[in-house]
Amino acid sequence: MEFNKSVREDPWYLRVPLILFSVLFIGIMVIGPMVNVFAQGLELGLGVAFAAMAHPHALHALRLTLTAAVIAIVLNVTFGIAVAWAIARFRFRGKAVLTSLIDLPFSVSPVIAGLIFVLLFGAYGFIGPLELSPVAQRIGNTIILGFVGLVLAWLNSEFNLLSFAFRPRWARLILVLGFAGLGCIQPVTDLDRIQIVFAVPGIVLATAFVTFPFVARELIPVMEAIGPEEEEAARTLGASGWQMFWYVTLPNMKWGLLYGVLLCNARAIGEFGAVNVVSGKLAGRTDTLPIYIEKLYQGFGAVQTASAFAISSLLCCLALLTLVFKTYLEWKNRQYLQEQVKKEAS
Amino acid sequence: MTGQKRRALPGFGLSLGYSLFYLSVLVLIPLAGCFIKASSLSWSQFWHAVSDPVAVAAYKLSFSTSIIAALLNAFTGLIVAWVLVRYEFPGKKLLDALIDLPLALPTAVAGITFANLYGSEGWFGQHLMFLEPDGFVGHWFSEDGWFGSTLFTLDTRARGGPLAIVVVLMFVGIPFVIRSVQPVLAEFEIAQEEAAASLGASRWQTFRYVILPALLPAWLTGLALAYARGLGEYGSVIFVADGIPGKTLIPPVLIIAKLEEFDYARGTFKYEEAAAIASVVLTMSFITLVLINLLERWSKKFEPSEA
Repeated sequence: MEFNKSVREDPWYLRVPLILFSVLFIGIMVIGPMVNVFAQGLELGLGVAFAAMAHPHALHALRLTLTAAVIAIVLNVTFGIAVAWAIARFRFRGKAVLTSLIDLPFSVSPVIAGLIFVLLFGAYGFIGPLELSPVAQRIGNTIILGFVGLVLAWLNSEFNLLSFAFRPRWARLILVLGFAGLGCIQPVTDLDRIQIVFAVPGIVLATAFVTFPFVARELIPVMEAIGPEEEEAARTLGASGWQMFWYVTLPNMKWGLLYGVLLCNARAIGEFGAVNVVSGKLAGRTDTLPIYIEKLYQGFGAVQTASAFAISSLLCCLALLTLVFKTYLEWKNRQYLQEQVKKEAS
Repeated sequence: MTGQKRRALPGFGLSLGYSLFYLSVLVLIPLAGCFIKASSLSWSQFWHAVSDPVAVAAYKLSFSTSIIAALLNAFTGLIVAWVLVRYEFPGKKLLDALIDLPLALPTAVAGITFANLYGSEGWFGQHLMFLEPDGFVGHWFSEDGWFGSTLFTLDTRARGGPLAIVVVLMFVGIPFVIRSVQPVLAEFEIAQEEAAASLGASRWQTFRYVILPALLPAWLTGLALAYARGLGEYGSVIFVADGIPGKTLIPPVLIIAKLEEFDYARGTFKYEEAAAIASVVLTMSFITLVLINLLERWSKKFEPSEA
């Protein structure tokens, strides 16, 4: 042990300067800017800071930011679980390609992520704002409700929900055709125009795009590390697919999933470039928090600047909170995987 | 485990089908739309949009500032990773946790705080006035200064100029090199260092010929990740750069300007030109992505195989 120590022990004249350099570097590049956010936010006193946070536009921006983040998280968690299940549990052709395609949005500049949705749904884009004629509305409804019927039919075949009244084949037919027919007769929505760009749906799309890989790339290694044995055991013991997922798969991957959600959330709340392009920046309507901060900062006067920093300190607190949770989850996940290894060994 | 046995688990069709559907709708089709829009221009129009001097200057600026920031991060990141893995000192855990702040902090917040810090009245900026064109270092590099008039001029301003862009790109790239190198350094086996030491290698020789080669793949991967991040960065840069076309304007800003520019002759916005510039930037980042993948595959070869 003594020998080990002496080989790795660097002399003090190397150790001290290197530690000082690292502390100074992180101090100047990370801690200084962070402290500056709080200092500038409180420059004109707590009153101004609170007034800035309580402004109706700020509250609206906060609500919109959270809405977009929540929808993006739900979409990406669904995708993450599905793709991790397919990649970590099955072999199929093109798996390597699919795995590398997941990371694609990371290499796309945020502004381009916004641009592609403007090109699709903008006033002069390929599709443009969705204008729905009565016929198109009916067709859309038929497809959407038919899809709902399909999902229900799948759920039914998994759990035999309707087994008391129908045979599986009849249940499937009734569910799909019934729902599709319902959509054909009765429009569920009376929307005739869906504005996507410069409205909330565009913000959600852009946010979902930039946070696309986070959950999936955390889940895949976790599920690969855990292995399919417990799930196979559950199936052998007669669990339905849903039971297996709910009682085995989900508890097994919960730390990895939470970690992915955390990263996804941090990025979704802070996203600026992509949202900036698609939001149209309508005050009190399509401003998210980062965009609201930009507007305040570009505005004139000390109060505006202090307000921008006050709201920034809110986001900075959120970032620090994210780091705390991240450290906790990393620790928890490591612990969990070690337990798994121990379990397998015994 | 055979493929047949794995299929015993349910949900393959549904999970893969849904994944492909979501991937196509959200990512692949919109990205393809960008290239299709760009290809609706004729070749000469495309070339005109893409090789416009302002656009070329923007690519160059983005390329050079990202690479400089990534290289600086590679250098400092190696030291910080070394310190975090090898040494014990008070506050180490805190320092380690703060490394990830640039990933969690919204880029717009980073942008305004850096713009403020390095502004003429900011904590750092007020001590950096010598870098301004009328300060002594700035003057030295300006057209009238000795260096600028004999060799080449350099924009040394601490705010608004390329230097400011490098600083924020360094900020957003800090975690990548450190987080790539850290695990490899932590797993590095002491036996190899002992072997080197017992064969008479000095500490420096051990580092140079034993440790560094093992770190190299992870180090390069971190550098490439930091570079890729810098290439696409927008939120923080627009606050610190003054955005003079041809000088301190990055491609994303140019793309937004094209999107908002109305073409009166045709009665539409210049979507195609925006798409053309975007497709050049996208191609550049895809090449970087492929490079990163190759690097990662290469670095896997270096992992000690337990046999």
